[in-house]
Amino acid sequence: MGPGPLSPTDIFAPVSTPAQSIFELSLFVLSTAAAIFVVVFSLLVYAVVRFRKRANDDGREPAQVYGSTQVELAWTIIPVLIVLVLFLTSARVIFSVQDAVRPPEALQVTVIGHQFWWEYRYPGLNIVTANELHVPVSEKGHPTPTFLKLLSADTDHSFWVPRLAGKTDLIPNFPNSTWIDPHEVGVYEGQCAQYCGTQHAKMLLRVYVDSREDFERWVSRQRQPAQVSEAVAQGRAIFERTACINCHAVQGTAANGTFGPDLTHLMSRDTIASGAAPNTEAQLRRWVENPDSIKPGSKMPAMGLDTHELDAVTAYLVSLR
Amino acid sequence: MSTETTGWTTPADATVPLVDRLHGWVTTVDHKRLGILYILYALFFLVVGGIEATLLRIQLIRPHNAFLSPEVFNQLFTMHGTTMIFFVAMPLVFGFANYLVPLMIGARDMAFPRLNAFSFWMTAFGGFVLYFSVVGGYGLYGMATAPDVGWFAYAPLTAKTFSPGHSTDFWTLSLLVSGVGSIGTAVNLITTIICLRCPGMTLGKMPLLAWLNLAMAVLVVLAVSPLTAAQLMLVVDRYLGGHFFDTQAGGSAVLWMHFFWVFGHPEVYVLVIPAFAFASEIIPVFSRKAIFGYPVMVAATLAICFISMSVWAHHMFTVGMTSLSNTFFVLSTMAIAVPTGIKIFNWLATMWGGKISFRTPMLFSTAFLFQFLTAGLTGVMLSSAPFNWQLSGSYFVVAHFHYVIVGGILFMAFAAFYYWFPKVSGRMYDERLGKLHFWLFTIGFHLTFDCMHVPGLLGMPRRIYTYEPGRGWDVWNLLVTVGVLFQGVAVLIFVANLILSYLRGPLAGSDPWDAWTLEWSTSSPPPEYNFAVLPVVRSRRPLWDLKHPEDPDWKYE
Repeated sequence: MGPGPLSPTDIFAPVSTPAQSIFELSLFVLSTAAAIFVVVFSLLVYAVVRFRKRANDDGREPAQVYGSTQVELAWTIIPVLIVLVLFLTSARVIFSVQDAVRPPEALQVTVIGHQFWWEYRYPGLNIVTANELHVPVSEKGHPTPTFLKLLSADTDHSFWVPRLAGKTDLIPNFPNSTWIDPHEVGVYEGQCAQYCGTQHAKMLLRVYVDSREDFERWVSRQRQPAQVSEAVAQGRAIFERTACINCHAVQGTAANGTFGPDLTHLMSRDTIASGAAPNTEAQLRRWVENPDSIKPGSKMPAMGLDTHELDAVTAYLVSLR
Repeated sequence: MSTETTGWTTPADATVPLVDRLHGWVTTVDHKRLGILYILYALFFLVVGGIEATLLRIQLIRPHNAFLSPEVFNQLFTMHGTTMIFFVAMPLVFGFANYLVPLMIGARDMAFPRLNAFSFWMTAFGGFVLYFSVVGGYGLYGMATAPDVGWFAYAPLTAKTFSPGHSTDFWTLSLLVSGVGSIGTAVNLITTIICLRCPGMTLGKMPLLAWLNLAMAVLVVLAVSPLTAAQLMLVVDRYLGGHFFDTQAGGSAVLWMHFFWVFGHPEVYVLVIPAFAFASEIIPVFSRKAIFGYPVMVAATLAICFISMSVWAHHMFTVGMTSLSNTFFVLSTMAIAVPTGIKIFNWLATMWGGKISFRTPMLFSTAFLFQFLTAGLTGVMLSSAPFNWQLSGSYFVVAHFHYVIVGGILFMAFAAFYYWFPKVSGRMYDERLGKLHFWLFTIGFHLTFDCMHVPGLLGMPRRIYTYEPGRGWDVWNLLVTVGVLFQGVAVLIFVANLILSYLRGPLAGSDPWDAWTLEWSTSSPPPEYNFAVLPVVRSRRPLWDLKHPEDPDWKYE
């Protein structure tokens, strides 16, 4: 594998087959381009130095050369051959990545892009979550890839986690799909790559590649309905009485809105607002009080809660493990 | 040779009242004056677009910067792109074409002088409509709303649902209006070149600049029409209950992309082909050699035109087209690299064995060759669809196209400015200021646009008003912003040079460069009627034949 990536979003540090195939192709394309560059660059430098007008020039015009059929033929045929090779190698990767057959044991996730967050539905597992995608690691000998169906609830978005795969757009009324098979446990970062409006910049992506056991644990936890606790009854009452439930869902309660992220297991996530802030009690409170202070232009309005209500609601949210 | 100058009068001429002189400019149908108007218009908006870019880069100088709000940032990058393409690059291209083509083919004016004026004023009005949005675009937000949908305005972000108010409409209307101007100029150019060449100038004997502008004009007619159609469809969607692109009612976002890029890709060839035209005239003169391989240069241009109509969906590799479709567009895009590369080799071969004089126009032309080579190669990287799946929508693409447009087109435009300034104004520019402009701008250009490739390779998408620290993008963004300073200062020096030289530069005479095409046979500036007697030519370089009667071109062509 070599030394660590230069960045968590380095396209040259793949951990999944689509990104790996692209990486190998890119090395070939880059070296071809570099070779052409070196040759032409050197000729240009040589021409600039060798054929500049000298101070002691006699003022006569140089020999006028109008063309040369052999030279022009050569520098047509060679580029055509280079293009042919680049084309064939690219075509091979297009087909191998785009037309990969989904194996029956693949995990299927439906990704729905929203302004400015990501919804994840695991249809086979009856799970709905948001912003942080969990997938099982895929061993090289026994691959368990994840196939993602890509939909959009509003405008165009693009799912781009560079170390896992090239980007694929989420276009309303035009379902797409992509796949990943990460072979290293870890957290992989990315973000929306198609301008979708005001907060396009903070529609961040985090993909958690879990070991098989961790993934099973995560799944079974996500499938539970929300934990009910009397200690946060007041906060829950405010949550269900104000417009929160118009947008948010908490499984097992009256809240079943779908415009915003599902909050059933909110505290199982590391970040809120699609990565715009860490998931701490203080940040949660700040987000609920005034979303524009973290992500101005996000679709969540400030609900105008007073200090007491804010404390209660925050305590309720923090209880949603 | 007549020295009568009724075009650009020197400031010392106080016999005509200012009001009448201004009226002369506003009502002119003279291709030379319209050319100058186009170019001055483009220069003004170059500065405006540059200020917009500077503001964007200040916001991006470090992560989580709070210099601009996301709303303002999004408007700025939309306005920057739209301005630079439609109100800087296009007017620049049309301005030079207007001024030079009739002179270089030995004609007295364009075929349709009044259509010419109409086209200019339509283009100018389009710019006004776009910038009126800053004060007039009030939507639900109640604040100044310039369009904020990006210069290619993807659906359904432009639907009424997602863009309430009128900001998108200003974008649509300004392009509709200026599109009319573009088509008018294109039709004019085609007719002029086909019909008004002087005696002896067959198509095979006209300067490459004329050929290349003919190609550009044909592309404009073919490309602007789908854009106009798409704009009309968008208006129907937004106001007349249409659903062409309205995905919530079954419309297609991808349809907009096809329409836009069928325009958008040939459009970039509309912009770059005139840069090739300048290179094909300037490099030979400063190398003291005829252009190498004139027939193949023409054939390559026609090939580029033809193929450029078939590559558009390489802007859509991530959209989810079938593998077969993606493969086709990889092939067509890579194919177009062949004739384009050939041109670079021909310019190199023109310099080979020559006696190169590095005056300012040649400095810019030489930098153009290095930079266009690089830009072409990053283009080849982008043409490989799988590689594109990583690179598209990132700063790598932004770096690539700025490398073409700034490093290629703008550099050749600067070269053209310096080369033809003596002809247009009658005075020679200041060579030291010219070289200072060149070196400062080149340093700034490379600092900004070389560094810009790296964040793209490290996963930074485009069109984001801020970014996360810890992704390795910070230092590169800082360097990119620093480069802007050099470029800004350089452009100010350029403008100062133009003004000072126009006012006080030494008289240039009709042929300061010892060049070979017909515009150098008239006075500087040319009289309103261009030529007292229409020239008769026998070769591609009529003035070479006059200066070298013992060794004329027509013996060898």
